[in-house]
Amino acid sequence: MTTAEKYVTAAYCVIFAVVLAYVVLIAFKLQRLEREVGELERQSKAEDDERETVSVG
Amino acid sequence: MARPNRLSLTTVALASAVLVIVALALVFFVAPNDANQGFSQRIFYFHVSIAFTAYGCFAAGAWKALRYLWKHDPRADLESYVAIHQGVIFGTLVLLTGSIWAKISWGHWWLWGEDELVLFLVLYLFYCAYFMLRFSVDPGPQRANFSAVYALFGVVLIPVSFLAIRIARSFVHPEVFTLHGPNFGGWILVTYCVAQAALLVFAHALYRIELSGKRLDLRIRELRIA
Repeated sequence: MTTAEKYVTAAYCVIFAVVLAYVVLIAFKLQRLEREVGELERQSKAEDDERETVSVG
Repeated sequence: MARPNRLSLTTVALASAVLVIVALALVFFVAPNDANQGFSQRIFYFHVSIAFTAYGCFAAGAWKALRYLWKHDPRADLESYVAIHQGVIFGTLVLLTGSIWAKISWGHWWLWGEDELVLFLVLYLFYCAYFMLRFSVDPGPQRANFSAVYALFGVVLIPVSFLAIRIARSFVHPEVFTLHGPNFGGWILVTYCVAQAALLVFAHALYRIELSGKRLDLRIRELRIA
């Protein structure tokens, strides 16, 4: 591999690494959002169940 | 509310993946070696495309900022923020790939005497400071107003940075576009155009993914408060 080839490879690897890091960060963020949505769903279901129990009782 | 004629995110993401693969194939297997710089010139295709994409993101951020100031639509504020965030990511890539290209072409990682490089760094740091300003103010109309005004000021630096190469007297940075058109033709021009299209579509896909995430985050916060 010549020096020029090494530098060109390095440049394209840097682009790939930065984009990959960005995509991984976005993926982590989406996972967190998914967890939060699940939590909200559980909370809402628990509140509905509680309301039903009160109205029956 | 979603715009009716908008392409789906999956279509945009797939188009960007196909275009990036085609661009890489053209860069490494079709485009000829440059007569002066040889193989190292192949950095140019993505370096210049990324630079124009970064300018485009900053300009889009300024446009959304103007829309916010005009209509006071909070969605425009979020869109402006995401566009500038994308611009800073692409700006980082411009500086990194430019340094690598500078090392092989000029023998230096960075030259402080080069107006083009220093002005791009100024533009980049200006937009980095945007985030410091934005997160130093509590969320609300005041933060959106400050951010929008700052984003509009920054857009002035784009033509300055772009024209610096033409204004500079003693430059070593290559001049790619002149008043008479691009300084190259044939497969080099085709490869550059495909790479530019690939980067623009890719940036648009990333912008929409990040914007969807931010909107969802905002909605969840609102639901928690309600």
